[in-house]
Amino acid sequence: MPGGVGNTLHEDATQTSKTLLGADELVLNMGPQHPSTHGVLRVKLKLDGERVRGTECVIGYLHRGVEKIAEHRTYQQFAPYVDRMDYVAAVSNGLGYCETVEKLLSAEAPPRARVIRTILTELQRIASHLLWLGTHALDIGALTPLFYCMREREEILKIFEKYCGARLTTHAFRIGGLQYEAYDLFEKDVERFCKDFERRIQEYVDLLTGNSIWIGRTRNVGVLSAEDCIALGASGPVLRASGVKWDLRKAMPYAAYDQYQFEIPVGTRGDTYDRYIVRMEEMRQSRLICLQAIENIPPGAILARVGKVLKPPPGEIYHSIESPKGILGYYIVSDGTIQPYRVRIRPPSFVNLQALDKMARGHLVSDVVAIIGTIDIVLGEVDR
Amino acid sequence: MVDESKASQSSDSLKPDAAGAESGPGTPQTADAPGVPTAKPVAPAKPAATKTPVPVQVPLDNELSRRYRERFGAGILDALEDRKQPYLVIDAAKLAEIGRYSRDEEKFELLEDFTAVDWPRREKRFDLIAILYSFTHNTRLRLKIPLAEGEQAASLVEIWPTANWLEREIFDLFGIVFAGHPNLRRILLPDEWQGHPLRKDYDILQQDTPWVRENLGIESGQ
Repeated sequence: MPGGVGNTLHEDATQTSKTLLGADELVLNMGPQHPSTHGVLRVKLKLDGERVRGTECVIGYLHRGVEKIAEHRTYQQFAPYVDRMDYVAAVSNGLGYCETVEKLLSAEAPPRARVIRTILTELQRIASHLLWLGTHALDIGALTPLFYCMREREEILKIFEKYCGARLTTHAFRIGGLQYEAYDLFEKDVERFCKDFERRIQEYVDLLTGNSIWIGRTRNVGVLSAEDCIALGASGPVLRASGVKWDLRKAMPYAAYDQYQFEIPVGTRGDTYDRYIVRMEEMRQSRLICLQAIENIPPGAILARVGKVLKPPPGEIYHSIESPKGILGYYIVSDGTIQPYRVRIRPPSFVNLQALDKMARGHLVSDVVAIIGTIDIVLGEVDR
Repeated sequence: MVDESKASQSSDSLKPDAAGAESGPGTPQTADAPGVPTAKPVAPAKPAATKTPVPVQVPLDNELSRRYRERFGAGILDALEDRKQPYLVIDAAKLAEIGRYSRDEEKFELLEDFTAVDWPRREKRFDLIAILYSFTHNTRLRLKIPLAEGEQAASLVEIWPTANWLEREIFDLFGIVFAGHPNLRRILLPDEWQGHPLRKDYDILQQDTPWVRENLGIESGQ
């Protein structure tokens, strides 16, 4: 077990209570088997009564050495592996990887492929946020939203299933574009979902936004200032909730985002409630992007001619996209062979999780549950 | 999944053509100015593009690189551009100083990523790669820091706190030590694990067998 088994922790505990902490402080292990850690995350809490005086994350339980595997696979062979990092947003991972390799090859996906990619990625963002909303609310004690969120997410997964046959680890995209043409009623399905979804969001709003228990549990909990976010590298909704109006889809547009109108929602206080509001609004914006995109899917090819054997010229590339959780970056070094020389994946969850300590200090144990939920981590991506 | 022959074959393929002090793409072994960077055998190794063989690494000479060169002189070993992405190759001794300058003067507020690449045949074996992003100018810059085996790099945690876990990950997987890091321990692998898996001489099937035997109670994790 990473981070050492029992005895290491014991040594740590005695050490900290002697040095860092006063006599009354207690080290409590949260996880790795704990329902609200969303996977196998272990957080060592240093407690003074119920107050958190410090936290330490122990991660790596799901480490599979994805970056090492990449060096022993061809560029195409590695593509399905990235789906298994952030497994609730596989489409976004795939988009980032395919675009990065395309840039390495100095190739570009055809317009039709880019638009379909955009639609699927935005649907994935909604699905990811829905799962976040459901589980986050569940953690805090609101059981009902989970079922509603799962219901809507199911509709999106059905669209994925119809499109490429898979629901979770989709491998929806290929280097150079798409393998599959959109199915016959693709636009209709997306449109129906989007039309319906507006009403559905209102249901969550009715359940949570004005709910005094919800506000009590999230307002002023886990506050992070804009400066803290940037210093700690936190990105995505966490950054935006702190008031930074920045989104890679606008700052450095990729896929087909430059063609669509959408807003970047921002918060003001940088607390858990603001992050909730930001993600809710992001779902609305994603819905608008999808509606604009299905209006006009350009005809034409869906796969650029990149060749069957990919040998990118020696060199390196960095490219990042705005995944549902933040900046998802890929840094790939090519040595001119069919296998990448080095693939580095910059996972948003890993970097965002670093902010946990800052956010949790001074709060109660039960708030830690809310704070882990609000960062929106996926351990498959944290550990890779 | 990968049989032995495949693994050894692919580790052969990591020979960056010439032996000895030869380098990876675009990293100079000497600070020999723009003229001919190590963009060397780019042309022959270009099967994909059949048209004009454009070298992918070209010398970078813009305002930004001039400011850095003016300020740090020999601290900037080279300035290059790869597929329109600029990067500076810098002297490891100047890392902290250049980092601070980048954040405060050039407004690269965000350390977007920090990682490493292993080039075992090169004299300076590792490249540290820092990817900087500027919210002010909406630009990126890559810093590349060649580092010899056993050489320590200055920690960037003071400048960008986000470097904390990123440096721990580099230490964990490459074994590069960061001087001044507040808590340099393994992060993804167990504390007692031996070896650094992302080094090129660490085979994909390799593992710390004694650790696996002792802690998991099985012969092999494969």
